[in-house]
Amino acid sequence: MKDMYEPYVTDDGRTIGRCLMDMRNITLRFGGVEAIKNISFDIREGEIRAIIGPNGAGKSSMLNVVSGFYVPQEGEVWFRGTKRPPMKPYQVARQGIARTFQNIALFEGMSVLDNIMTGRLGHMKTGLFSQAWWYGSAQKEETVNREAVEKVIDFLEIQHIRKTPVGRLPYGLKKRVELARALAAEPKLLLLDEPMAGMNVEEKEDMSRFILDVNDEFGTTIALIEHDMGVVMDLSDRVVVMDYGKKIGDGTPDEVRNNQAVIDAYLGVSHD
Amino acid sequence: MGDQFLFAIEVMINGLMAGVLYALVALGFVLIFKASGIFNYAQGVMALFAALTLVGIMEGQVPFSHLINAIFGTKIHHFGWEVPAILAILLTMMIMVFFAWAVNHFVMRHLVNQEPIILFMATIGLAYFLEGVGDLMWGSEIKTLDVGLPQGGSFWIEDMTAGLGSDNFFGFFIDKLDMVATVIAAILVVGLVVFAQYTKQGRAMRAVADDHQAALSVGISLNYIWVLVWSLAGFVALVAGIMWGAKSGVQFSLSLIALKALPVLMLGGFTSIPGAIVGGLIIGVGEKIFEFTVGAAIGGATENWFAYMLALLFLVFRPQGLFGEKIIERV
Repeated sequence: MKDMYEPYVTDDGRTIGRCLMDMRNITLRFGGVEAIKNISFDIREGEIRAIIGPNGAGKSSMLNVVSGFYVPQEGEVWFRGTKRPPMKPYQVARQGIARTFQNIALFEGMSVLDNIMTGRLGHMKTGLFSQAWWYGSAQKEETVNREAVEKVIDFLEIQHIRKTPVGRLPYGLKKRVELARALAAEPKLLLLDEPMAGMNVEEKEDMSRFILDVNDEFGTTIALIEHDMGVVMDLSDRVVVMDYGKKIGDGTPDEVRNNQAVIDAYLGVSHD
Repeated sequence: MGDQFLFAIEVMINGLMAGVLYALVALGFVLIFKASGIFNYAQGVMALFAALTLVGIMEGQVPFSHLINAIFGTKIHHFGWEVPAILAILLTMMIMVFFAWAVNHFVMRHLVNQEPIILFMATIGLAYFLEGVGDLMWGSEIKTLDVGLPQGGSFWIEDMTAGLGSDNFFGFFIDKLDMVATVIAAILVVGLVVFAQYTKQGRAMRAVADDHQAALSVGISLNYIWVLVWSLAGFVALVAGIMWGAKSGVQFSLSLIALKALPVLMLGGFTSIPGAIVGGLIIGVGEKIFEFTVGAAIGGATENWFAYMLALLFLVFRPQGLFGEKIIERV
């Protein structure tokens, strides 16, 4: 395992920095059910960090804790060196944490362009009145943000559908639009909840390429949940493995692959 | 041209104008329904309350004067000043924004994720509460509202059109107030559509209407948007209140116009801003034409039920209305 605190450069030339997000002893309960049991892990600047585990392991709950949708009963969330106080999900989003959802959550009635523009809301500062009268600053701001959005649209190769209402798009493209919306926010941390769920091989390859390109091009730190083991091992720098709400492994893909507890969790083992 | 035909046209034009006023109320419903899925029963009462407050402020009434006098044995009713219409409208708008904030802070915020019927019941409660507050604040007597809008028939139009028919035809009688209402409604609709389509808050509004979770994930505060939407509905209520108040006086039966907005919404669709306008116009014209033709034959008084019958037909044959979204769920 690489040194936890010093920045280093990966084999393919990307810089992995210091700790961006630190989850310390997180415990999350729903009534009597412990979805997450005392888990700690960190996400470092510039890396692709995967969270894997069998169904019901608590991966999505973990991501929801990171993005502020769930508030853990115990433990601390440290983001960029400060402890996160109690916060609403929209405030977490404004801190620079963007996400996608397992079951796509797009604004179905709006066009692709409008959907991605909502990702820029945090970057738009003009108030209600100047927006309503649409004078100078509001107009300029719209132009600047529109340019940023067009860049994302080009990057993800969805120019041809930019005016299409999202409701009419096929599944794979919807997933890509959702990624575009998250990217448009220029997040410091990008959370992807099963970005490849339900995709065919070709779509999976496209999505993997985009995830790598995003990380490479913009240096965006990415944390993702994924079921497809092949994909995870190819994409990620480090992997957290969860099972029944507990962390059973943490390390590079190779380390995790050879971890006996992980093998047991995936292949099953007789408990006697 | 025959006089009978000209008269029919005049009836139709007046129907259109009445329709605009229905549409104004319906617009308020659509705004809140689109953004939060709440059917706001209190919209009509909000119009009434706005009109009451406007008159009260303009005339320099002391709010809650009956209550104050009853408790302290005083006899104050007026401050003794009059407030110009523009300033009074601004003050009233501020009160409507405060009302929007209070509704969200004390009621709606706590009912997130509840069944639509529960939210609906809450707005019924809100309607009666607001009606009571309006009564307590400003008293229940009928008041005249004059914000300086032109009143009475337009002689110019009468003179211009009198030549179209025989000597017994004196030209179209069209109320100036109705014309002003039409222009204002048109500006309001265009303004609202542009606001919703092209501004950042408008985009956030549509986003919240579409998906709460996704809206949160891009950093939109739901509470902010809900207060904004209720404020907009309050603004529309104020405009509708001014128009109706100027036309027929500010009285508590004003809140009943909300009921006429229901068939308008069934026609236009609950989620469509243009639908509210077109629905209002169809009901306004249909009502008058029906009264003019069928009503004359069967003894009149069809205006009371025509709109509801039309709405019923729509419910049977086209439940999503003319412009509403057809909801198809995948199974």
